[in-house]
Amino acid sequence: MGNKQTIFTSQQLDAYQVRLFHRYRDLAPQLVPLDYTNQPEVRLPYELIGSMPELKDNPFRQRIAEVFSEDGEGNMTLDDFLDMFSVLSEMAPRDLKAYYAFKIYDFNNDDFICKSDLEKTLNKLTRNELTEDEVRMVCEKVIDEADLDNDGRLSLEDFQHMIVRAPDFLR
Amino acid sequence: MPRRKNDVAITMDDVGMEIDAEYDSGSDVDSKRRAKGRNKPKPAARGKKAKPADSVEESEEEEEEEAPRKRKGRKKKEESEEESEEEQRGRRKKAAGTKKKKAAAKDDSEEESEEEKGNKRRGGKKGANKKEKEEENNKEKKGNGKAAGKGGKDKQDDKKNKGKNSSSSSSDDNSEDESMSEGEMARLKEDVEEKKKLIATLRNKPWRMKRRLKCLKEAQAFVEKFEGALGKGKGRRLYAFKVMMTKVLMGMPYGSIARKTVPREEQDSAMDFSVLFEFGGYCKYSIMFYGYYNYQRSIGLLQFRLPLSYLLVGLGIFGYSLMVVIRTMARNANEGGDGAEDGAFTFCWKLFTSWDFLIGNPETADNKFASTTTSFKESIVDEQENLKDENIHLQRFLRVLANLLILCCLGGSGYLIYYVVKRSQEFAKKDRNELSWLQKNEVEIVMSLLGLVCPPLFEVIAELENYHPRIALKWQLGRIFALFLGNLYTFLFALFDEVNAKLENEKEIKNETIWALKEYYANYTLYHNVTENIPPPNISPADVIRGPCWETEVGIEFVKLTVSDIQVTYLTILIGDFLRAVIVRFLNYCWCWDLEAGFPSYAEFDISGNVLGLIFNQGMIWMGAFYAPGLVGVNVLRLLSSMYYQCWAVMACNVPHERVFKASRSNNFYMGLLLLVLFLSLMPVVYTIMTLPPSFDCGPFSGKDQMYDVIMETIEKDLPPFMADIFSYASNPGLIMPAVLLMVLAIYYLNAVSKAYQNANMDLKRKMQMQRDEEKNRRNNKDSTNQVMKDLEDLLPNKSLIPPPSAEETEKPADQLSKSPKVTGKPGAAATGKGVHVQKDVSLAAANPRAPVTRPPGPRPPGPLPGNARGPPPGQGMGRGRGGPPPRR
Repeated sequence: MGNKQTIFTSQQLDAYQVRLFHRYRDLAPQLVPLDYTNQPEVRLPYELIGSMPELKDNPFRQRIAEVFSEDGEGNMTLDDFLDMFSVLSEMAPRDLKAYYAFKIYDFNNDDFICKSDLEKTLNKLTRNELTEDEVRMVCEKVIDEADLDNDGRLSLEDFQHMIVRAPDFLR
Repeated sequence: MPRRKNDVAITMDDVGMEIDAEYDSGSDVDSKRRAKGRNKPKPAARGKKAKPADSVEESEEEEEEEAPRKRKGRKKKEESEEESEEEQRGRRKKAAGTKKKKAAAKDDSEEESEEEKGNKRRGGKKGANKKEKEEENNKEKKGNGKAAGKGGKDKQDDKKNKGKNSSSSSSDDNSEDESMSEGEMARLKEDVEEKKKLIATLRNKPWRMKRRLKCLKEAQAFVEKFEGALGKGKGRRLYAFKVMMTKVLMGMPYGSIARKTVPREEQDSAMDFSVLFEFGGYCKYSIMFYGYYNYQRSIGLLQFRLPLSYLLVGLGIFGYSLMVVIRTMARNANEGGDGAEDGAFTFCWKLFTSWDFLIGNPETADNKFASTTTSFKESIVDEQENLKDENIHLQRFLRVLANLLILCCLGGSGYLIYYVVKRSQEFAKKDRNELSWLQKNEVEIVMSLLGLVCPPLFEVIAELENYHPRIALKWQLGRIFALFLGNLYTFLFALFDEVNAKLENEKEIKNETIWALKEYYANYTLYHNVTENIPPPNISPADVIRGPCWETEVGIEFVKLTVSDIQVTYLTILIGDFLRAVIVRFLNYCWCWDLEAGFPSYAEFDISGNVLGLIFNQGMIWMGAFYAPGLVGVNVLRLLSSMYYQCWAVMACNVPHERVFKASRSNNFYMGLLLLVLFLSLMPVVYTIMTLPPSFDCGPFSGKDQMYDVIMETIEKDLPPFMADIFSYASNPGLIMPAVLLMVLAIYYLNAVSKAYQNANMDLKRKMQMQRDEEKNRRNNKDSTNQVMKDLEDLLPNKSLIPPPSAEETEKPADQLSKSPKVTGKPGAAATGKGVHVQKDVSLAAANPRAPVTRPPGPRPPGPLPGNARGPPPGQGMGRGRGGPPPRR
């Protein structure tokens, strides 16, 4: 598949985590303690996560936060935060990315991307500039193209089958 | 820095030799050398030899001005050439040493060190040189002219090695002193490099510490001194080089000969703005135009062959452009074919992969939204066009009608231009003071106006045709292109008429000139009673009778055309875009209807039109550059300024085209147009070069029957005779015909091969499509879950929320049923046919035994994530991501 899988040394991993921890803490210095030895139960609210420059302009920021947060509301612990960054990093394996992409596009959490999910995705992606007919047509086309088992919605398998062939699925 | 690399290579060579040299320093050659150095009467020798070195140094700085002094130096060298090459080297070193000594205090110990250094350096000398030297020494102790010749050759080799000033390395005997200094320079550089290397490798030498230190210090001092000198010399050398180049390339300066001088009757107005603006006056007799260049066969020390290089550059530009365009096209073709147009998942990919997750800037995000929307719209239109099916007869009729109308437009514009050019020739015969500005610039104005008016007209007509937008765009571009090209060619034909008239005129003037010259000679013999050595007539270059010089005229026409094109483009942007935007923006507050959304609106940025403009402009440059070399400069300025200007205009006052179709897909379409333009602009230029006789008194080819005679002349005079033979064979039709035949056959064969590949490609695609369909069918009743998927599903963060598998299985149909009303129940999307469709899909799906597809039954820990996720097999990356928390502690 052509993506590199580098193995981190533990030192590099530490550095990476420390950096991310500071990013996390900078979002809300008053909430996040510096000392994490006894694992405090800290969650940053979605408003803070969504205002990060990496996510600020992303139409799917709320979905991303929801998918990666443990409570499904977009409020993130440090672990969630680290997870999010490791998946969004360019070195994450393709399958993992495809899986999380699937989760992100699956707005109603039913493990299938159905038409309503597609409509939502499309409207977010084009800022509601397409007419209803156009949206409907696009969704039909998408289902028609990618749905391998003819159930009118995309399963994770369908999605992966389609996405790994995409020329610019790199993120 | 290629030279540096060379140096490195040289030093690398040296490394090999050095070790040898260390051990063979006891050889008799060396000892002999040392003895020679010692035996020589030192002070005298030094005094004598310091000078050449000095003069060399200086000559490098003031290359041309100090000719006499150099000559002196050269004489010295000639004397010294009688001694063997070997000695020359030693002396040079000593000269360097003396220089150093001047700077430092004089003492004997340093003298000694000098010697020692010499030895060492001898050790590190270039291997090849050394061997040669040894041979030479053995062979010809006398060391006469041959040795000197060898030395000279050596130097030239050095120079080539250095790759420095390669133009001068081809110089002949009369630039001997120049090459000497170059050689010296090169050697000095080598020495410096050697020293540097010595410093670097000193540690490895089997010497005493004291000796090492001494050696190190010396070497450092040497490097510091000479490297600095060389470095500093460079700036001045560059300056000298520049001066030399201008002298060399331009030949004689302005005013020296007739073709470089404004004629007497024009001199009064030569500096008027109105004249200069039309590229008359001083402009006409400047380097911008063909006529300025002299026919002198070679110029300056470097024997720069201006006429030859003029012709070769003129033709070489075409060759190079052709190569670049074709290479680009080939690359585009390669890139285009890598399955990007597969079409299997167009919409899916657009939907799921078009967002770039690295975007962190609101403006970029806006752009991305816009472009995504556009691309969706594009695909939707494509899709709709595929479904469209209309009255075919009406369609055909309308298309024929549209094409007829457009042909009429094209013909009309062609005729209009021909008419105007003819008229302008009439005007040109009259006195220019009587003419109004309009009459003088009629051609340019009409051409620009046509360029402005016709494209929108075509667009209106194209509405009739009802093509798919992408095809319509191509038609539109093709038509505009035809219009431009037609106009240009009409213009050219009219210009040819003019040129022919000028040629007639020129013949008369030529006869007149010859007559006048003969008369002058006759008179001279009559008065002075001498038949030989008659001085040429003493007429000021401004008063010489001269021909019309049609080449310059053609060049001026092209420059004028380009400049007027620039003006029109800029004015259009200023008025059509900027003013319109200002009006729309600010009058909108007090107007009856919405200006921004309604009629005038903002101007659209017409990508394709602008690209076409660029292509066309390039065509004019190609055509005009041979007769007006300055056109290239004008164009560079134009492109630079228009880039910023148009960028501003686009950002400030344009809106995106309503139906943008990405140009990238029609990349090769534009390149194809460019190629066509190149070919069409190549033809007239090559035609004139091949058939029309050049003017007799201006331009680099004056005095020749044909322009390409320059090449013949070079082949005959400068190349060895066998080359001339080769060329004469090569130009034999008997050889050319088979070559052409071979090429045609090769093209035919390659074409057939590519067709075959294309077919194979199509076949494979069809097979893939079939396979996909088959798979689609088969998947409906196959329980396939690979390991990766299982593991991935374990990662579900809300897995704990999902009920265990058995419960889910039973729940699924219900879930689906409950969802389908939700979809159909959506407001707006709830068209009736649609709802039915979904229902059908669902029922179909429910009929299939599809339960085990995603969720294999069996015990799986529904517990917390980390325990399971720490070591999932598929990738370390995942393990890494998940394995994050522990080290934190």
